[in-house]
Amino acid sequence: MSPRAAWRLESLGFTQVFDYVAGKMGWFASGLPREGKLAVGRVGDIVRHDVPTCRLDNHLNEVRKQVIAAGQEVCVVVNDENVVFGRLSRDTLHSEREGVIETVMESGPSTFRPHVSLKEMLDYMQKRGLDDALITTADGRLLGLLYRADVEEALRDAEIKRALARP
Amino acid sequence: MPTPIDKEEVQRLLREGAQLVEVLGARRYEEEHIPGAINIPLKKLNQQTADEFLERNRPVIVYCNDYE
Repeated sequence: MSPRAAWRLESLGFTQVFDYVAGKMGWFASGLPREGKLAVGRVGDIVRHDVPTCRLDNHLNEVRKQVIAAGQEVCVVVNDENVVFGRLSRDTLHSEREGVIETVMESGPSTFRPHVSLKEMLDYMQKRGLDDALITTADGRLLGLLYRADVEEALRDAEIKRALARP
Repeated sequence: MPTPIDKEEVQRLLREGAQLVEVLGARRYEEEHIPGAINIPLKKLNQQTADEFLERNRPVIVYCNDYE
């Protein structure tokens, strides 16, 4: 649709016309801001950005100390470009295992985009028994961690607001 | 010929004063849109609406939902 609009503007005499072909879904998928009154929020609205990260060549022993000291229970393995390679689960962090992160991480974890609706995300997490999920941009860069409890709370709050708004 | 651009280019052009236009219908625009965008649905894009809402001497970026 936007290519036709761009051509139409040129036919109307506009000379500096640009087409953002990825559209608003591309924009939201990158975690960029949005405006509007959509009744149900999206994952990107409540994702927690303060998730610990480590590198492939770090040692589990060092990472474990830092993550637990920070009161966190998950660590995401990323490269220098913040692209997700893996994750360290609570079980791994609290185990007796040792070694380089590359050998102990869960490789290629599932990731989700920030423009997914909260309701859709909750359905998915409930069906698969997920307590949290990694949120990345479309090109795999880490945005943060989404907790199912946060999704449930946000949807409850939205429902209360809707109920209060009814005449 | 309109120039296809990516989000980095959108951000750069907006910093330089470009106008951003969502060409989807009003309901979808009201639900959510890129901050700073105005709404001119494709069906209503004509000489009159263009002259009313857009300045010819500034770049114009159009977008819809995705690659539709």
